[in-house]
Formats: sequence, C-alpha cells, structure tokens
Amino acid sequence: MSTRLAKGGRLIDRTAPLEFSFNGKRLRGYKGDTLASALLGSGQILMGRSFKYHRPRGVVASGAEEPNALMTLGKGATLEPNQRATTTELYEGLEARSQNHWPSLEFDVGAINSKLSKYLPAGFYYKTFIHPRPLWKHLFEPVIRRSAGLGPAPTERDVDRYEHFYWHTDILIVGGGVAGLQAALSAAATGAQVTLIEQTAHWGGRAPVDGGTIGGQSPAAWITGALETLRSARNVTLRSRTMGAGVYDHGYALAYERITDHAPDPEAPRHRLWRIRAKQIVTATGAIERPLSFAGNDLPGVMLASAVRDYAVNQGISPGDRTVVVTNNDDAYRTALALLEAGLSVPAVLDARDAATGPLPEAVRARGVPIHCGTGIATTLGKSRVTGVTTCLQVGEGAALETIHCDCVAMSGGWSPVVHLWSHCGGKLSWDTERLCFKPDPAKAPTGADGLPFVLPAGAASGISHLAAVLTDATEAGALAARRVGTEDMSSAHPHPVPDVSAPQESAIAPVWLMPQGASIEKRGKMWLDYQNDVKVSDVQLAAREGFESVEHTKRYTTLGMATDQGKLSNINGLAVLAGALDADIPDVGTTTFRPPYTPISIGAIAGEARAEIFQPLRHTPMHAWNDANGADWEPVGQWRRPYCYLQPGETQDEAVAREVLATRNAVGLLDASTLGKLLVRGPDAGVFLDRLYTNMMSSLKPGRCRYGLMCNDNGFLMDDGVVARIDAQSFLCHTTTGGADHIHQHMEEWLQTEWWDLKVHVVNLTEQFAQIAVVGPQARQVLSALGGLDVSAEALPFMGWVDGTLAGHPVRVYRISFSGELSYEIAVPADQGRTLWDKILEIGAPLGITPYGTEALHVLRAEKGFIMIGDETDGTVIPQDLGLDWAISKKKEDFLGKRAQSRSHMADPNRWKLVGLETLDASVLPDGAYVLGEGENANGQRVTIGRVTSTYRSPTLKRGIAMGLVLHGPDRMGEIVEIGLLGQGQVKARIVDPVFYDKAGEKQNV
Amino acid sequence: MSEAYEPHVAEVTGQGMLTLRADLSAPEITAAIQSATGLAVPQPRQITSDADRSLAWMSSDEAMLFCPRAEIASLLVALSDALGEAFATCVDVSDARRVYEISGPGARECIAKLTPAPMAPERFGPGEMRRTRLAQVATALWMPAPDQVRLMCFRSVAQYVEDLLAVSAKPGGALRVFAD
Repeated sequence: MSTRLAKGGRLIDRTAPLEFSFNGKRLRGYKGDTLASALLGSGQILMGRSFKYHRPRGVVASGAEEPNALMTLGKGATLEPNQRATTTELYEGLEARSQNHWPSLEFDVGAINSKLSKYLPAGFYYKTFIHPRPLWKHLFEPVIRRSAGLGPAPTERDVDRYEHFYWHTDILIVGGGVAGLQAALSAAATGAQVTLIEQTAHWGGRAPVDGGTIGGQSPAAWITGALETLRSARNVTLRSRTMGAGVYDHGYALAYERITDHAPDPEAPRHRLWRIRAKQIVTATGAIERPLSFAGNDLPGVMLASAVRDYAVNQGISPGDRTVVVTNNDDAYRTALALLEAGLSVPAVLDARDAATGPLPEAVRARGVPIHCGTGIATTLGKSRVTGVTTCLQVGEGAALETIHCDCVAMSGGWSPVVHLWSHCGGKLSWDTERLCFKPDPAKAPTGADGLPFVLPAGAASGISHLAAVLTDATEAGALAARRVGTEDMSSAHPHPVPDVSAPQESAIAPVWLMPQGASIEKRGKMWLDYQNDVKVSDVQLAAREGFESVEHTKRYTTLGMATDQGKLSNINGLAVLAGALDADIPDVGTTTFRPPYTPISIGAIAGEARAEIFQPLRHTPMHAWNDANGADWEPVGQWRRPYCYLQPGETQDEAVAREVLATRNAVGLLDASTLGKLLVRGPDAGVFLDRLYTNMMSSLKPGRCRYGLMCNDNGFLMDDGVVARIDAQSFLCHTTTGGADHIHQHMEEWLQTEWWDLKVHVVNLTEQFAQIAVVGPQARQVLSALGGLDVSAEALPFMGWVDGTLAGHPVRVYRISFSGELSYEIAVPADQGRTLWDKILEIGAPLGITPYGTEALHVLRAEKGFIMIGDETDGTVIPQDLGLDWAISKKKEDFLGKRAQSRSHMADPNRWKLVGLETLDASVLPDGAYVLGEGENANGQRVTIGRVTSTYRSPTLKRGIAMGLVLHGPDRMGEIVEIGLLGQGQVKARIVDPVFYDKAGEKQNV
Repeated sequence: MSEAYEPHVAEVTGQGMLTLRADLSAPEITAAIQSATGLAVPQPRQITSDADRSLAWMSSDEAMLFCPRAEIASLLVALSDALGEAFATCVDVSDARRVYEISGPGARECIAKLTPAPMAPERFGPGEMRRTRLAQVATALWMPAPDQVRLMCFRSVAQYVEDLLAVSAKPGGALRVFAD
C-alpha cells in the first residue's frame, strides 16, 4: 500500500489540501501534487488496465514518459481522454476516471485476454487478416473492438478556447533543468535573445532530487539564484508549463503551453501553441530511465527507480514500506538512499553487475542494506500488485534463489537521453558503448538553409550524466549557440563561468537486456517491453524469427512503441532485444524514427483560433447582409458565400430557382455579381499583353466596347473566361470568373514578372473596389431609366458597350453585357455604395416585380442559352475547340498562350468529345456527370462510353430537362438518339441537339 | 503580473487609399510622387508619413497612399499631372480595403497571436511596413505611434478580421513577453 509520509515533499504545500475524485471516489491531495502522486498518497496504486490484455497497471514513471496511468479527465464539454496522471497537476475539483476496463477497474472481464495471450501473438492481426478470413468478421473483430481502446472520445463541443502565439528568438532552449538554466545563463551573457521553456511547473529538473552541490550550494539554492539572474535579464524569456513539441526546418519549433490545465479559468485560453522561429535551438531535454525486462515487470508496484525517489522527495510519498531496488547501474542507489532517508525499508538491492563498489553503493551498504551482486529478479509475486520478488542469478536461467517480500520494486536499466527534438529535423544518433545509450552525434546535426547546424544538445540530453559534466556541457552549448547567432564577441570577452560541482562518481553500467540473461520462453512471455501496447520480449523475438529484421517493420508488426507514449520507455529495450535475437549489434539495428510532437498535444492547440465562425475566412460581398436577411440559401464559391437562391417562406430550392428564372425571363431579375474578378490591365503594352493571354484579339477593341474572351494555360486547356472592356488607349478592365480572380491576377503577374518583363503593363486587382449588380430581363431598361441620371437607350448604350455616369446619384460604370440572353446591364459602383444602390434598385423595381436571383438561376439562364461555365464544361482537360468556341480563337494572331499546345496531334484529334445539347425524350433531368453509352465493353470489362453530361438542369422556361455534354462526333450527329446511363439506375434515351435551347436568334437581348 | 491585457480594436473610417504602381527606384518617378503627395517615397518595408497622409512600400513597383477620403480625387489629378507620360498607374482602392487600429496594453501581443511577422518592439516599430498574413488572410501592418498598430485587409474578409481580433483581444490572454 502506498501512502503519504508524515513529512517531506519539497513541492507540496500541506497547508493547501485539494479535493478531487477518481472513478467517483472523493480523494484528497495537496497543492503541488500531480494526479499520480495524489493517487499514490491516497493508497491508489492501481491506475488503469492495459490495452490488449487488460492487465492491472499502476503508475511506473513520474513524468512525460508514463505509459500506464492514463486517465479520462473532466466530463461533457471538458472531457479529455488519455491524459497522463504524472503530468496532470492536481487542482480543486479535478475529476479523473481510469480507462480501458469493464465493468470496473478492480474487476475486469477483459483481463481474460491475458490468459489467451498465447493466442494473441505478435502479428496476430496480419496473420488472421489473411487466413482464416471469415473468423475476422464473426469472431476476432467483434471481440477485439470490445476489448481494445483507451479513453472515450468526447461527444460534446469543447468549451475551452485555444490560441497560437508567434515568437522570434535568437536561441530557444528546450528544458529548464540545471542544464537548460546553465545554457541560458551562458547564452544570455553574450547579449543574445534567449527563450527558455520547461514542460513542468518547476524549474531545475531532477537535480534537487538527485543531489550534489552546484557552486557550493544545494541544487535548489543554485536554481533559485539562476532563475533570479535570468528573470532580471531583459534578453531572456522564461516559460514554464511549456513543452518543446517539435523542431522543424528553418529553425521553426512548436512549443505547447498549458495555461489553465492546473487552474481552470474560463477567461483565459486553455492551451497556447507557440510557433517559434529560432536561429539556434538547444535541446536540454534530459534523459529518461529505462525499465528492466524481468518476468512480471508490469505488476502495479513495480516502478522506475527515479520515479520512486521523485515521489518520495517531491511529494512525500511512500510507495510501500519495503522497496527492493533492482539495477544495472549506480544511479538507482540514490533511490535506496532517498527511501532510507524517508525512514522506509529497503530489504535488498539486486545488482545485476558482478560488483558494486562506487560511492553510492558503498553509502547504501554502510546503511546496512544487503546488496546482492550478479543477481536479478526471477519473477515478481502478486496478482494485482507486487507482494514480493524471487531472486536469481543474472547469468542463469532464472532458478529461484530466495524470496523477498516487498510492496514496491524500484528498477533501473540505465538512462536514455531524450533525443527526440534533436532527431525531428534530421539529427543523427550514435551508440555510446560505455553508457549504453543512443546520443546525439554532434557531427551530424540538423542543418538549416545555410547547411550549418541549428540544433545542439546540452546536459543529459547529450548523453552524459555526471552533474559536473552536465554543467560544463551546458555552458559550452549556450556559448556555442551564441557564437552561431553572431554574439560571439562578447562571449569570448566574458565567458560565462562553469560553477564548481560536487557529486559522487558512478561506475560503469552493465548491459542487461534480459533478466536473467538465459530466461525461459515462459519468463520472456511475461517480460513487458511496451506497457501501453502490451508488447513483450517474446513478441519481439517472434517477429525476429519470422523475418522482421528492420526495426521499423518490427515496430509495426508487434506495435512496439506505437502507443500514445511512442515508446519512450520501450524503444531501446525493444531494439536491444531485437538485436539480440538477430545476433546484431544495437547500432546496426538502429532506432525507429522520432516524429513530433514529443508528447501528444491537444487538437484545440493545433487549431488555435480557427474554429466556429473563424474556422475559415468567408468572403462577404457588400450586399451580404441583405442577402442573409432575405432568405439566401448559401453556396460556397471559393471562399465567397453566394446565394444559391433566395428562399421565400414555404418554398423548396427548386421552386425558388424556377420562380427566379421565370421572373427574370418575363420581367426583371437582380443579381449580386460583385464576386466577379475585375482586373485593371494598364500600360502602353496592355493590348499586346492581352493578345498573348486571350485566345482572341483584344488590342483591336475600341474604347467603350466589350468583348468576350477565353484564356488558356500553356498546355492549351481552357482556364478562364470573361468580358474585357476597353477603358482607354492604355487601359482594359478584364472580368474573370469568381473563382478565377486571384488565380488570373497571379497568372498575369507571373508572366509579366518572369517572362515578359519588357512589357510596360501594370495589373491592379479591383475585384473588391466595386460592387457589381446585374439588372437582367425585358424590363431592365425601365429600371435603369427610373433610377435616373444615365441614358441607357439602345442607341446610347448598345449591346457589348459600356458607359460611365451616375445612376440615382451614384458614380457607376454600366456594362451592357448578358450571360442570360436577356437585355442586361451590369452596374459597377464603388463597393461602399453598393448596398445603397442595391436597395434603391429593389425599391424602384418593385412595381415591375424585380426579383433577386441566385447562382442556380444564373446557371439555368446561361444553360438555356448554351453558354459554357468554367468548371462545368471545363475541368482542366477541355480546350476551347471542344466547346465549339473556335470563333473566339484568333487565326490572325502570331501567338497566344495555348496556341502551340492546341496544334498537338491529340488536341487536333477529330475524335475528341465535343459540346452538344442533350434533350431526354421523356423530358426528364439527366444526372450530372452521367455517361453517354457506346457499344460493348472496354479492356477492363467496363461499358464503353462516348460522352458525358457537363451541365444539366430543369428548365422552368422550357418546362423540361436540358443538358449540355461532350459527345464523340457530337456536332455531326444532330438529331441522333443516344443512351445515357443513369449512374447504375438504368438508362435513358436523349436526342443530340444544338446547345442553344432558348432564343437561338438572340432577339431578346437585341432590343 | 498586474499589467492589464486590454487591446482596443477599432475600425479606421474615412480612410482613402490609392494604389500607385511605378518603378519606385526611378528618380523621375520618386520626384513626381513627392511633389504630388508631399511624401518621400519609402524605402523597402518602410512607410513615410506627414500629418494625415502616409505612403507605404508594398513592392519594388507598388506603393499605397493613405489619405483622407476627401483628398482622393485631387490627389489622383495631382499624381497624374506630376507623372505625365511616365509609365505609372494610380487607382483609387479605398473601397477595396478596410483599416483597423489596435491600441492599448497588449496591442502587440494581440497581433502576434495571429501573424507570423515579428511583433517585438526591437523588431517592429513606427516607420516600418510589413506585408504578412493575419491567420488565414493577407494583411499589412504598420505603427502610426509606438502604442498603436494599424492593419489593412481586403474588404470581403473584414468580418473575419474583426472576429479574429475580437477573439485575440479577449481578456485573460496576456503573455507579457514584449519588453515595451
């Protein structure tokens, strides 16, 4: 049973008790507790169940590497699954629930999986996916879906807010342990801008727990002094509760700040993602202790030695009265000393090495603790928590020597530097044969755009462990980073001093990847490598036997290191076992790839402010508010929102569209056309420039006149279309499609800047300067006349002309152009006056039945007239000739973009599908994208197709379905009947007709 | 810890804007612009100001003139006269953009939550012009005074920008990392 000690606990405030709940049970902890320490203090060792076998699990670590103690925190709109109890700071009212158990944490039906473990070996999924297949659907999948999985996904919208913060700094130092602090002091002394971040709430890392002296003081006193110095420096920014999540190209780094997780505050953002640009990044990220692989090493009560002393020293926790320490190195003896210091019993230290003679073992020995060298654990005893161990010879097969009763096992398999951030952007590792760890290889650092290193490790993250070496290394790292950012002058003049350090020397670690080294298969099947994903030594060995030699393949086959902890504890042990099974050296097997984030970060932090209304920018026209208030049924067009139709009460979409079309054909309609692209092209060479961009001739256009033009890309495909108006000798206004405005602007600038830089042409995007209102229909002229101020008679403003003037007192430019076949005026007015003019037109047009119409009516109107639409009739593979637009392709011009491409054999092929109209014999509406069916089947056994429908609508004017499509030899087959597939729902007969369904002579617009 | 986070966001109304496209390195062009506007042509990433007019560098061949709306028409004429036959284009774009001013405690932090441009006082201050982005839309930033940030955006995304700034300026979001 774990409990709270009567005294001690340097981080907790015993005068500030906090209440929290665990699985509904009310428990108490103190300010300064983590959820894990508070649970241990309340005697709660069992904290969860494993993923696959539902084995009982207790907390094993004390920090970010924790694989077992995953909790679901909060409920409803604040629910968050899979939170590590070790990194969750306790606060008043915290609600935690354990995961992955049914019906309860103490009694779990799924734990039967554990008995079946021999039937769920590595690669179980892969093997059974292939054979026997029917078992998956009916047996394996239902069972596995029931038993696997961690916490529940939230079902309510997150009530918290999140934000980003962009930060620029010379030097980013990740990790606020003594190495990070010293590196910051060293770098800041040069005058460089330094940012130091620490993932926990406390500065100084492990040093206050592990002891020694720095500058003649205790580590805690030295840390306080260092912080004071750094806080008073103007060039230093300190941030705790901020984790370095990832390092990316160009000195970009992400840091994850947990602002209110420890003290919920609805006013403040919950998490903040720092998006940092640093010239140099120092990774002072410390090291993580490794477990040892002995049978039953996953029982609750078996913990990392460092975690045991962390809990004892930091939070005054007794992990149990009797703790057996098992180790292959000297560092674990610190745990024995810490426990003895707290008045607890250490019945034995089991040291797998042949001898333990350093100052730390001697100190333990001096306290009367028996140290058994050459000895390991044969197996742990106990069912849902450890009650003892049997010892064995490390060199043997595991025959029991003696049984030691205990309620905690503190294990240490050595330390692995945290190399994640070093590795994210390509930093390479080397294997340290003395310290038995992968460490950053300074010769192969991540490099920036200049080819020079931009990340450097400091302290324990470099692969060193002695406190004196750590502080020396950190001092040098800080100075080197400063030298690289160019503040070296001051650094060489006033090098920051390395403080005097005293700490006990440690003797060498011994490689112990299996305990005992000759363990039987039965024992190896109980040695957990990956606690969270239930991967054992036997699984990795099986994978090796089955031919998985690559560590990346083994990882995926066994799921080693694939859980939410990403193998922080299991990776090195796993690949050492793999190397052993392959008779290879560990560095030859290598590591899996380290990818950001270092530990999981919230999706909210990634999204930042981008949610709800501002998930994406929505572009509004000047008439947006009117549209919104008058039934607009919104349709996204690029980032614009345009009314698809204006719904009146009780109307369906189809009814609204029909009403709008008929009103426009018979009286007058009104369209918000403000989204159309409006590009001013101006300069002495504007005509030459446009002749090259458009397929037809634009330079011959007279001022006051408009011309429809087509624009192709250099592969000849139709890209955009629109009406060009000539303003004066040097100026044209080019209308583009709504979606094409920015693209065509960019297209023009690209040609001007990269190829035709000799042309004197400016392009100014005036799309948003003007609101554009189309007044369309037989009564359109009456409406404009009534507005007053402008002569809009057929003589003064003929078809395809434009004039400047005033309408109802507003400065306007009126284009007489038509995309509907009706008499039509498009009125451009300064955007700020758009809404006023729109309102006046509605008022004046009301007696005539003026009807605002949306994009769907616009589409129907143009389709009735056989006008093509970019994006319907074109899809990036269509050339103007396919659409019968040969009339708009100049034969006189020497060249234009697309000309040469259009003469290629495939483009000139008479078998290209060409545009025709399609009329179903039964007047029905064809489905969009339907294929025109040919004879027989192709080589793939599919029905041969000879065309496809590109636009299809119900025409309210003609009271029937109309469609346009691209059909093989279509224009030569007028009047023929073809069959059109109804997308798997049979077929329908249609007649090939002229695409102009309505007013072929164009009489309606010619008035 | 007592410093408040109270960025104040307000739209700048009545703002006239002229786009000026011409070779800003040509002496005859810069002289003509100066004579017509009374403002020196800014160096790259700079903005020059005098009273209620400012001239901002947008690219090597584009500048943006800020002035009271009422002066637009006369300035267009003055520029046209001064530039004569030179290859230059001046257009009124006052309606195409919106301008906002962010002032008060935390103004820099409020913007730095949305733009990748450096907002630290030692990296950005009066006289500078930054074309960058605000979350997902294009923007340009400048500082008329040490405690004021102005930004412009396209008119169509004004609502988005207002919503962004409102969220960013919410109380409780202080960082206190800029030494100003």
